Amino acid sequence: MSTWAARLENPLSASLRDARATGALGIFLGALAAFLAIPPIEARTVTWPILVGIVAAALGVWTVTRGRRRLGWGAVAAGVLGIGLGILATRSSTENLGTAFDATLVAQTFSFATPLVFGALGGMFSERSGVVNIGLEGMMLMGAFWGVYGADKGGSWAVGLLVAAGVGGLVALVYAFFAIHLRSDQIVGGTGVNFLAVGITGYFFVQLYHNNPIPNGVSLLPNIKIISGNNFFAQAIGDLNILTWASFALVIVAYVVLFKTPIGLRIRACGEHPRAADTVGINVYAVRYGCVVLSGVLAALGGIYLSEGPQGNGSFLFNMTNGRGFIALAAMIFGNWRPAGAFGAAILFGFSSALALKLQVYSGSAATLFQILPYVLTLIAVAGVIGRTVAPAADGKPYVRQ
Amino acid sequence: MTDPGPSPPPEQAAETGTLAARIALKQRAGGIVVPIFTVIFALVMSGIVVAATQHSVHTALLVYKEIFDGAGLNWIFHPTTSLLDINAYNLSQTLLQTSTLILTGLSVAFAFRCGMFNIGGQGQYFVGLIVANWLGVNFAGMNPFAHILLCIVAGTLAAAAYAGIAGVLKATVGAHEVISTIMLNWIAFWLASWLFGDGGPLQNSTQPTVPVSNQVSPGARLPDFWGVQGFQGVHIGLFIALAAVVVFWVLLNRTTVGYEVRAVGFNPDAAAYGGISVKKNFIRAMAISGAFAGLAGAIDMLGGTTNYQFGQLDVPFSQVGFIGIAVALLGRNTAVGTLFGALLFGGLLYGSFHGLGSSSVIDPQLAGNLTYIIQGLIVLFIGADVLILYVWNSRKKLRRPPAKPAKPAEATAA
Repeated sequence: MSTWAARLENPLSASLRDARATGALGIFLGALAAFLAIPPIEARTVTWPILVGIVAAALGVWTVTRGRRRLGWGAVAAGVLGIGLGILATRSSTENLGTAFDATLVAQTFSFATPLVFGALGGMFSERSGVVNIGLEGMMLMGAFWGVYGADKGGSWAVGLLVAAGVGGLVALVYAFFAIHLRSDQIVGGTGVNFLAVGITGYFFVQLYHNNPIPNGVSLLPNIKIISGNNFFAQAIGDLNILTWASFALVIVAYVVLFKTPIGLRIRACGEHPRAADTVGINVYAVRYGCVVLSGVLAALGGIYLSEGPQGNGSFLFNMTNGRGFIALAAMIFGNWRPAGAFGAAILFGFSSALALKLQVYSGSAATLFQILPYVLTLIAVAGVIGRTVAPAADGKPYVRQ
Repeated sequence: MTDPGPSPPPEQAAETGTLAARIALKQRAGGIVVPIFTVIFALVMSGIVVAATQHSVHTALLVYKEIFDGAGLNWIFHPTTSLLDINAYNLSQTLLQTSTLILTGLSVAFAFRCGMFNIGGQGQYFVGLIVANWLGVNFAGMNPFAHILLCIVAGTLAAAAYAGIAGVLKATVGAHEVISTIMLNWIAFWLASWLFGDGGPLQNSTQPTVPVSNQVSPGARLPDFWGVQGFQGVHIGLFIALAAVVVFWVLLNRTTVGYEVRAVGFNPDAAAYGGISVKKNFIRAMAISGAFAGLAGAIDMLGGTTNYQFGQLDVPFSQVGFIGIAVALLGRNTAVGTLFGALLFGGLLYGSFHGLGSSSVIDPQLAGNLTYIIQGLIVLFIGADVLILYVWNSRKKLRRPPAKPAKPAEATAA
């Protein structure tokens, strides 16, 4: 390990010795290898992707030998993937490349990631306080239906947001009562919430709309435009949905709250060692109730994006979350129960969904397979192949006051 | 039969003298009271939902009757063996549904008895179904008995291996089986979508634009034992499922494997101290658990429950693996309990989805969703036995005020 003195003497070699920076550089170069072969640069020879990819993998191996296994293997994987994708891209036709890889891929990545970010951060608060929340999927589904219902009957998307948040919080409150006060098994309880949400949303969708689609003209979540024009940035990040912007802000807020405030310290204490937290006067039950309800509110806000966002367009479908709550859970685990990690994982999973949609110009059936990526990556992450993910120590354990 | 519930506190175990005392003890531990109360409670709650939304208590009562009739249970009042009778036909369909649910329920129950929550029954069911379809479509012209055996055994083993991944991960790196089985569920989900979808490897070879698989070749189909030509009959999968109940019970209660599984389930540390390999049992129990779910998928495919084929659009609507969780929990993870749980859900599922299909009482689409609500309530409340036992015990307290105070929380603390 380099000391601060050595760092000051020779900043360049110190930063090179810092395995963390090398690993990050490796991942960046791996992405660059694939990026070189697609628009706008679009190198038509395989040489550049292969060269850059090999450098990325080499940096990764070096990082692994310095003890940063997770980052190192990530860089190796990025390098190999970069080479593979680069070769594939140079083989494919220019028109197809133009359709698949344009600025809207970035915009769609954020769009697919938005509900995942909300769900993952919600799950993170709940689990950081020591309550496992498998019911994210159900809470999301409730938000999706009651949100669009609120927007339809209330006449405004803002009403929809409030209704979704309220219903999500309510469902989470019920779940919290079971998980905290009744000390029922949290996995069983969460599974029950998921079933119940499918039934309730399905029942009331038929009851309230007589199994017809929700009428057109529902007030939708608006986009907020920050860059206008026809350039790359305007198309990629210039015109995103209000909830997408909110999700960016939420990551920062979640980080500050969880790691820089007394409240966050209390939450983490309840998740790591509730007895100790109780001893110093923290009301463990109150903290857990608050966190679970917050997770329900956030998951429901992620859910309303599915029905009221640009993809849902004011419609609801039976069981429309279709596993997104579980991807959010996966993102939280993949991100190691940290806000930035969960956000990064959600973006990665959103990217794989966006890519699956875009790659349909090549093959519709193979594009379906891309949907598997989040689950496989999470499985690898929990298996500890690329570094271990560590849950809060008291996660899932009911606390009995003495 | 041993009760999977937590062992009673010593001062209560001491009073096990008479039969009545023992029954009381079982009830205090939630033996049969909790499942029955939960079911009644869930049914009443769903009735309230119907009564409130339809503004009529009468409608709610009629819905109960319709589901009862739809499940074919009124066959009991005028039995006939002809499947042309609508009641007999409904009953046969309920039995079909039940045989699948028995197996998915046993799957969840077996893992539970080893202290693991196999939430991935749906994925393992898909794996069994996919393998059975693949082998059943190919190898046409094989000896029927050998062909059926091949499909079932291969489907079961494939699902066992698939579930075994979660067991291996838990045993080697300590990955929580709930997380890994959820991930495996969705991997199987999208795999099935891809395989049976347009352009997928198992997609129909004669209709390239229809996202369904080929039909299993006639030789590999399970024979019906109760049915008429042209209608869906009851195939011998029901007997396979019933045999699986027996296998489950014998395996768990009369073999060394079962003893080790239960020992690990009660207390892994104590089991390890007693010389039992906890890791080996995690893997083995998970594989056996997956085998039950895979068997369910195989007999569903070969038995024509899905018309001998499976489509991309069927994938998101297949819920039997998940319902297995409710079945097992309701059956308290015992063999016989699972059988009854499967019967209840088989009746509910078929009775609400199809029995009400021609009903004028309530929109049939509503009734189908009612089943999900009932299922959700059952799962939610079965885990909260503290609540139900509290109600049960306070009822007794009301009757006998001077009795010593009950300790519901202690009797069920996990």
